[in-house]
Amino acid sequence: MSGETSLWIWVLAACAAAYCIKLVGYLVPAKVLDNPRIVHVAGAVTIGLLASLTAVNTFASGAEIAFDARVGALIAAGIALLLRAPFLVVVIVGAAAAAGLRLLGIG
Amino acid sequence: MRLESPTPAVRIALSVSVATGLYGISFGALSVAAGLNLWQTIALSALMFTGGSQFAFIGVLAGGGAGLAAFGAATLLGVRNAIYGMQMNVMLRPRRARRFLAAHVTIDESIAVAAGQSELTEAKRGFWWAGLGVFALWNVFTVLGAVLGDALGDPAVWGLDGAAVAAFLALLWPRLKSRDPVALAVVAAVVTIITIPVVPSGVPIMIAAVVAGLWGWLGSGRSAPAGDAAPGTSETETEGERA
Repeated sequence: MSGETSLWIWVLAACAAAYCIKLVGYLVPAKVLDNPRIVHVAGAVTIGLLASLTAVNTFASGAEIAFDARVGALIAAGIALLLRAPFLVVVIVGAAAAAGLRLLGIG
Repeated sequence: MRLESPTPAVRIALSVSVATGLYGISFGALSVAAGLNLWQTIALSALMFTGGSQFAFIGVLAGGGAGLAAFGAATLLGVRNAIYGMQMNVMLRPRRARRFLAAHVTIDESIAVAAGQSELTEAKRGFWWAGLGVFALWNVFTVLGAVLGDALGDPAVWGLDGAAVAAFLALLWPRLKSRDPVALAVVAAVVTIITIPVVPSGVPIMIAAVVAGLWGWLGSGRSAPAGDAAPGTSETETEGERA
């Protein structure tokens, strides 16, 4: 099985799982999911995953921790968010910070 | 949805659609940079259609993680959609056949617009217009971003890795409304950084998810049930405002 084929399988499996999860909300009786603890866990997992993904994309370089231009992107994006910039602007600021720092030979 | 002059909910839905759809550009570009091809990128936007999970999927792969880890991160991040679906099912009561379409467009933005309405008919309009509007534009701009990303060449030169960092922080940001979520985010990030050198790529994200799940499970007793983490209330309203 080539890498491309196996990647396709994961793409489609993840798409199917995402749809099934959405559908569960409509098909399972409300009282099953409308449980404060489940709602709380789902909210916490969402926050934990997004924080973890932010950390991985900022600091991971393979299996090592690296401090490079991406840290500058994180800081710049944080400032943009504090200034209530919209999502796309935040993303562009992050890209510009990383590219700019590399241009200066940092990271 | 009949043709009529746009109601307030429809207007909000359309502006949310444009704002959200536009950042499909960043998803498309980052997906190609992460090593997915054009059709895989299109498949994620058309079939998975939940931005956070899509970014998670490509974010894990970009970090060198395996397909299984990408699947796990995307799927866990989609769990909130089950809660959203339950809320929309109770609120809008779609007919049986329509549920299958409603499920597909059950995302942060459609829930936020629906939840922001005080009348039921407006909530329905808001949900469908935002859901279908974001779907249309998100997919168009994903293709544009992927083609653009392909043409850019070396992603690092253009700072696309920095763009990914910014995208995840921007997805996280509106959920950090009080002290508890901030503390949780810090803990999850620290756990991730500590485990990166120790376990295979992609696994730190799973470990952080488990820690966060435990945090939520143990914390649900001590804080108000509808508190910080309740989707459809605080966090989605914030996103509606942002969008």
